[in-house]
Amino acid sequence: MKLIQVQNCYKVYKNGTTALADLNVTIDKGEFVFVIGSTGSGKSTFIKTLYREEKPTKGNVVVGGINVAKLRNSKVYKLRRKIGVVFQDFKLLPKLTVYENVAFALESLGMETKEIRPKVMNAIEKVGLKEKTRNFPSQLSGGEQQRVAIARAIVNNPKLLICDEPTGNLDPETSKEIMKILERINKELGTTIIMATHDREIVNRMQKRVLIIENGVLAGDYLKGSYKAHESIKNSN
Amino acid sequence: MRALRILIRSIRDSFKSVGRNFSLSMAAITCSTITLILVAISIILSYNVREITNTLEKELTIVAYVKKEATEENVEELKKELNSMSEVENFNFKSKEEWKAEMKNESETLNATLDYLETNPLLDSFVITVKDVKDLKTTTERIRKYDFVSSAEYGEGMVENIVGAFDIVSKGTIVIVIALILVTAFLISNTIKLTIFSRKNEIEIMRLVGASNIAIKLPFIFEGFILGVIGSILPIIATIYGYIIFYDKMGGHVFSNIIVLVKPFNFVFYIALILLTVGCLVGMFGSYRAVRKYLKI
Repeated sequence: MKLIQVQNCYKVYKNGTTALADLNVTIDKGEFVFVIGSTGSGKSTFIKTLYREEKPTKGNVVVGGINVAKLRNSKVYKLRRKIGVVFQDFKLLPKLTVYENVAFALESLGMETKEIRPKVMNAIEKVGLKEKTRNFPSQLSGGEQQRVAIARAIVNNPKLLICDEPTGNLDPETSKEIMKILERINKELGTTIIMATHDREIVNRMQKRVLIIENGVLAGDYLKGSYKAHESIKNSN
Repeated sequence: MRALRILIRSIRDSFKSVGRNFSLSMAAITCSTITLILVAISIILSYNVREITNTLEKELTIVAYVKKEATEENVEELKKELNSMSEVENFNFKSKEEWKAEMKNESETLNATLDYLETNPLLDSFVITVKDVKDLKTTTERIRKYDFVSSAEYGEGMVENIVGAFDIVSKGTIVIVIALILVTAFLISNTIKLTIFSRKNEIEIMRLVGASNIAIKLPFIFEGFILGVIGSILPIIATIYGYIIFYDKMGGHVFSNIIVLVKPFNFVFYIALILLTVGCLVGMFGSYRAVRKYLKI
């Protein structure tokens, strides 16, 4: 079943830069997809259009049945409730504890306290931070902070988890841990994961579907595992 | 229920925020306090001035004296003329005998003098009231031009001065009050702007997790509202107690018995309500402006 359908998507910024040009991608429910591409390739713009941080100039971007391109500003929240987003810089609130940071997401939606607690504990458990619920972000390592951000992103059981270079600030060992957690979420919860990254090592190791975006167009779409093979062929040549 | 929880959360957040930006909040509150005190003063002033002007208007009359040689027909003619004047509210004919009787009553000396005279030296007259006190002067001038009118008088000079002074005072206060309201709204708007900046991360996360626009904006609108309400507390207390004390001290009138003050009840409560409303509206307008300008969703 299709979760994301991007058709003839264009994005031209006000300064005239074309970030996306006739992009076409389909992503199924439950997939784990890497999006790679050099800086300025349009990779970030693509990721941002998925959660409607950027509005496509032309074309259709349908996410979970909602056409992002036609979505009015006042209705964007309906889309966001179906999506979890994780960033390179974690975006945690420094004055709130781990528990409060995760609960913040549900509180903002006006959920009842009784309802919030089990959901938050469940999410924190999934990322393995059960022992640190009362710690503040400053008392956590980078990897742990990113895990809190992941817990916050998944606490409302989103259909789609968008990760924008989640390991960009982390060392290789910690990155591996984060990837394990993401893979578990993908397998156990069936959450579709789209992850933008620069880290080829991770991409090669994980053997998932890979989308390559260059100059705003889809330069390559490698199905599960075929990207590594492609890379090795390229390297051997 | 969900809406109620969002509402409670918004109110809680806005109170927190007032505390967090304490110095700036205090500046906004102080400004709104000063403004509202001035609003109260201007309302009290203009309301009292209106009362006084109304009383004065009722008291003000033109007295037109008919020439000695005028016949009864001439007087009738004059009556018709006065009837046709649109600015005249009504008029009474007061004969020289009536004047004489009135004057004789006034003092012993006058009584004796008038008795001594064989003929009545006084003139027949008309006592005329006008619809609008502003027309007093022109109406008098018109009446003076009629044949058989020897002279026409009103409280020349004094009336214009009083009415003119009141007019300047009330217009001046209105201008000051409007300017101060704008300054207050701007200050509140600025306070909210800083709150928005200081809570940038929270706003970003709320947007990301799908909080509705109203849930994001509400705390800031409430913050302006709270600043306005806190700012109106002192002016309200000052007005209620201040006016009651002032009224008692002055014995209900100023300068002379003619200038009577408006009774404090329910006048002060009516002003308190206006102050609270103005405070809330200015606060909400200020925060609405900041939210529109700086909170991009």
